[in-house]
Amino acid sequence: MSENNEKEWPLWEVFYQPKNGKPYEHAGSLHAADAENALQNARDVYARRNEGIGIWVVPSNQITASTPEDVGPFFDPASDKPYRHPQFYSVPRAVKKRS
Amino acid sequence: MSSDTITREQAYITYLLRLADDRLILGQRVSEWCGHGPVLEEDLALANMALDLIGHASALYGHAADIEGEGHDEDYFAYFRDDYEFTNLQLCELPKGDFAFTIARQFLFSSFSYFQYERLKKAKDEQFAGIIKKHLKEIKYHLRHSRDWVLRLGDGTEESHKRIQNAFDEIWMYVDELFYTDQIDELILADGNGADLISFKEEWKKLVEETLTEATLTVPDWDQFMMSGSRTGMHTEHLGHILAQMQFLRRSHPDADWK
Amino acid sequence: METQQQLDDFQARIDAGEKIEPKDWMPERYRQQLTRMGSQHAHSEIVGMLPEGNWIGRAPSLKRKLVLLAKVQDEAGHGLYLYSAIETLGESRANMIDQYLYGSAKYSSIFNYPTLSYADVCVIGWLVDGAAIVNQTKLAHCSYGPYARANLRICKEESFHKKQGYEMVAKMAEGIPAQRKMVQDAVNRFWWPTLMMFGPHDSDSPNSEELIKWQIKLNTNDELRQHFVDRVVMEAGAIGLTLPDHDLKFNEETGHWEMGEMPWDEFWNVVKGNGVMNRERMKARRNAHENGAWVREAAQAYARKKKLSREKAS
Repeated sequence: MSENNEKEWPLWEVFYQPKNGKPYEHAGSLHAADAENALQNARDVYARRNEGIGIWVVPSNQITASTPEDVGPFFDPASDKPYRHPQFYSVPRAVKKRS
Repeated sequence: MSSDTITREQAYITYLLRLADDRLILGQRVSEWCGHGPVLEEDLALANMALDLIGHASALYGHAADIEGEGHDEDYFAYFRDDYEFTNLQLCELPKGDFAFTIARQFLFSSFSYFQYERLKKAKDEQFAGIIKKHLKEIKYHLRHSRDWVLRLGDGTEESHKRIQNAFDEIWMYVDELFYTDQIDELILADGNGADLISFKEEWKKLVEETLTEATLTVPDWDQFMMSGSRTGMHTEHLGHILAQMQFLRRSHPDADWK
Repeated sequence: METQQQLDDFQARIDAGEKIEPKDWMPERYRQQLTRMGSQHAHSEIVGMLPEGNWIGRAPSLKRKLVLLAKVQDEAGHGLYLYSAIETLGESRANMIDQYLYGSAKYSSIFNYPTLSYADVCVIGWLVDGAAIVNQTKLAHCSYGPYARANLRICKEESFHKKQGYEMVAKMAEGIPAQRKMVQDAVNRFWWPTLMMFGPHDSDSPNSEELIKWQIKLNTNDELRQHFVDRVVMEAGAIGLTLPDHDLKFNEETGHWEMGEMPWDEFWNVVKGNGVMNRERMKARRNAHENGAWVREAAQAYARKKKLSREKAS
């Protein structure tokens, strides 16, 4: 999986779901020989205090991430589109009070 | 012991202590790995298993103390009994050995516990059944974890195959005792609080055989010589050293508050 | 080559309180310093399992056995979080481990002292974990995102470590004479080594300035030590324990407790490898690593076989 897989077990990223209905969050990473091993290690490493109700493990080298250079083209354009946010719109005072 | 010289209450306490002793002694053994595991992730896993086992023992001792009603607590049974009073299986007291031995023993014990607890969870004593149901979840995980490692080691490298095969060969003469029963079991079973061990013996053997076969291992001979006697206080000399270590401080200062 | 512009921009980000993430540009020296400090921190967690692990089998009640085992297990978890954080800088865990088992990487000297009585592990919880928390609470705000987050997670988990230690220390300090003697003796032995965990005086700490400039460290060694002493003096007094420093006195003007000079000769001697337990600790860790090699290889071999057979089947 990783380049140095002869020397140590591959690296996996661990995500957990803190509560039913909540989105998964990144917990950290660990080493494991295979997926089942990764899942069990994630349980033993990252769920020692009832941290969640679900775990995902993903080989770290399977994650494609944006780079710092992407920040501009990826995220700046949205900041001049105020019409995507509810604060952009005004609502009659009477209705506002009720909500 | 015959049934007319032992009360149902005494039998129940003995029954609970047998369950608890297995878990305390095995937990003590597994905890020896803490800080010495083969890889950081597995160090955590083994410590979790030891924590579960000692926690299970503590709850069972506590329940035995409640039933006994003499004002004892869980520590009394763990710290103030001698070798011959302990009734744990010899299987549980054997030294931790290498990682293969630890895994082979854990798999045999966890798979047995799984079937045993599946039955005990229906106990009439609701408090006892409650303890069992809670611990059963953890036992299922121990079984899954140890079974996976049997497969990895058996079907891993030549060396790991050899080591885990040796471990099973070495430990085999201690497995028959898992199914030892006497009047204590009969009394408790009649009261609706026990597990009928014979009822799952074949099922357990099948699980063990299938796992070992899948791990490309040879199943040792079920009919070979088998050890016996631990339920009535017969032990290897290893137990005395575990207790010497475990009990010395508490017994040196029995009047002190250590909780 | 690193240009002055890059270095200035980087410093501006640090000064603005921004977090540096793995893929961000960073000076090579920042990467090196962080790798050195973070991996040393991780090694310390792992070696730190040994002195306390020494008493798991002998803990005097089932409750204390569970507490101690859970605590020592947490140290393994913390070592793992820290290794993970430093791995994001491009250094593999295997390399980091090689460097402390067979190379020159260091770990905290406090773990080269022996635990001679059960009170020692309680005092370690109170003082050593207490000192570590002072440090880690600050590191949770350091400039490198993954390292800051690892420390934050550690702080959350570690809050019980110090508490369980102080609880048992207090119990022993108010217990039977044998317990009182045991716990005072442990405090006497661990006091100075704990204070030296914060490192040399600022005047003898060549790395500090650079580390603080980059917010890898947020406070100087002496600041953190003072913060710790002020709190522990109060905690010791509350349970009637004596700290083995005759020069300890409260300075009304500064509002701080002034301490006597630390036995630095002993400190440097232990750093050089001549503590009571240095060799034993390294031997134990090397044994664990070397005896585990066949297990790690087996799991890899098994994973390869399963992958192959899956590929054949599809």
